[in-house]
Amino acid sequence: MGLNYFIIQDMINSGMSVLDVGCGDGTLMKMLQEKEVQVTGIDINQDNTVKCLEKGLSVIQGDIDEGLHGYPDKSYDYVVLNQTLQSTEKPDYVIQEMLRVGKKVIISFPNFAYWKVRFYLLFHGRMPKSKALPFEWYNTPNIHLLTIKDFYNFAKEYKFKIEKKISMTDGKIRNSVFHNFFDNMFTEEVIFLCTKN
Amino acid sequence: MCIVETKIFKINEPVSLESGRELKEVEVAYETYGKLNEAGDNAILLLHALTGDAHAAGYHEGDAKPGWWNDMVGSGKAFDTDKYFVICSNMLGGCKGTTGPGSINPETGIEYGLTFPVITIEDVVKVQKKLIDFLGVKKLTAAGGSMGGMQALEWALTYKEMVSNVIVIASTPRLSAQSIAFNAVGRNAILSDPNFNNGNYYHGEKPEKGLAIARMVGHITYLCEEAMHEKFARRFQDKDSPNFNFDIDFEVESYLAHQGQTFVDRFDANSYLYITKAVDYFDIAKKYGSLEKAFENTNARYLVISFSSDWLFPSEQSKELVGALMRNKKDVSYCEIQSPCGHDAFLLEYETQTKIIRSFLWG
Repeated sequence: MGLNYFIIQDMINSGMSVLDVGCGDGTLMKMLQEKEVQVTGIDINQDNTVKCLEKGLSVIQGDIDEGLHGYPDKSYDYVVLNQTLQSTEKPDYVIQEMLRVGKKVIISFPNFAYWKVRFYLLFHGRMPKSKALPFEWYNTPNIHLLTIKDFYNFAKEYKFKIEKKISMTDGKIRNSVFHNFFDNMFTEEVIFLCTKN
Repeated sequence: MCIVETKIFKINEPVSLESGRELKEVEVAYETYGKLNEAGDNAILLLHALTGDAHAAGYHEGDAKPGWWNDMVGSGKAFDTDKYFVICSNMLGGCKGTTGPGSINPETGIEYGLTFPVITIEDVVKVQKKLIDFLGVKKLTAAGGSMGGMQALEWALTYKEMVSNVIVIASTPRLSAQSIAFNAVGRNAILSDPNFNNGNYYHGEKPEKGLAIARMVGHITYLCEEAMHEKFARRFQDKDSPNFNFDIDFEVESYLAHQGQTFVDRFDANSYLYITKAVDYFDIAKKYGSLEKAFENTNARYLVISFSSDWLFPSEQSKELVGALMRNKKDVSYCEIQSPCGHDAFLLEYETQTKIIRSFLWG
């Protein structure tokens, strides 16, 4: 299990309500539930919904690209999108929906500007593959890859606030408070905490 | 599962109905599987669909065919009789042992026929509650497909304190105009059969043609285009070329005729009228003001299952229900099972359902 799971678990306090968008097999939800967080998940995959149910979690089978219709504004303390943003069809719409439904939003994704990714493309001349991006170009679910800088620009354009950024490389947190060229270069994965009023 | 038998429970008091009328005597046919624990909280009440009965599982003495949900009920199955006490009863208004229009009216000594009061899902559930109390059940899971799912919802709303889990399969919180329309065609077929005789046909020729047509219409709605194509395509029945008359030409015609014919042997036309009416009337949003309000004070966990090819009670209607539960912050899970079987999938796709239901009940 990735460090991102433990960081997100740590970010959310007991008693909070959480919607885990693209919850997968419910691993993060289970960790949150053990902390007495009230958590519900959404996932498109049938096998994943069964796995969540087996863990005693409540889960809605659904397509997040269709938005979060029916979820009222600010109805969850947190809406989480863990390692899923890059595989959504309409990331802009999904993020806006999350910001509408959640008081706070947590988004994590692999940073495509990580130096190893850049070097892979530069020297191999092929679409980068790594632990975080293990697929071939033709079968990857990651259809909307992005960088830390892209996300900052996106936040500016869509007028939401980045409250916090946690950068990770090689399973460790990097101490990089600032957003700059080096951070974008040396961060493998990133977690953002965002809000919009 | 081994040999089971249908038992009769007699309610020793009049039952008042939503319409304002009352039934002096009501008998309920039911079956149970597994054992009720001491706390009385391991019960699962199975609620049957339009033409179902109390015989959900196991075999009746001498029968070759098991109960209608045998794939789902038994040791190690979705509704596991090693752990749960499973109950199924025939619904009020039915014709499989529970009081209905074909029963003898104690006041007249003859069958009720159309003098039987119009019943609602609320009435049906009210009668089930009396059986449940008689059996000593304190807490239960209410589970059903199609019309059974409506009853499960009614249980959650009416007997909040008793219901810990609700499983709603291929169902809806209310029928669409289209579904009501199909029921109306079925009823009209029965009502216009020359043998119908205003419902008094119990001692003469029965309105078999009308009932068979009602069943044929119903069956079309239980399948879907893909399922029908898969089963029959455009094949002719036992030949390669058309008759050039109005006898049965196509396999699909033959299938519907067969479904209609076998149905009249096991079902009462009056019950069909009453039960489809109860289904048409069911509308919890209207009853409680809105779907959100309906579920406001309920305590159960909910599992909602729909099937991708079900166009009678499509997934959208299940999602509407799930949305209302979510907005109430209820513990709700939802699965849409990919299936080519149409509405009937809830009786056929037992493997996926077993995984989902077992996980939900045991998780």
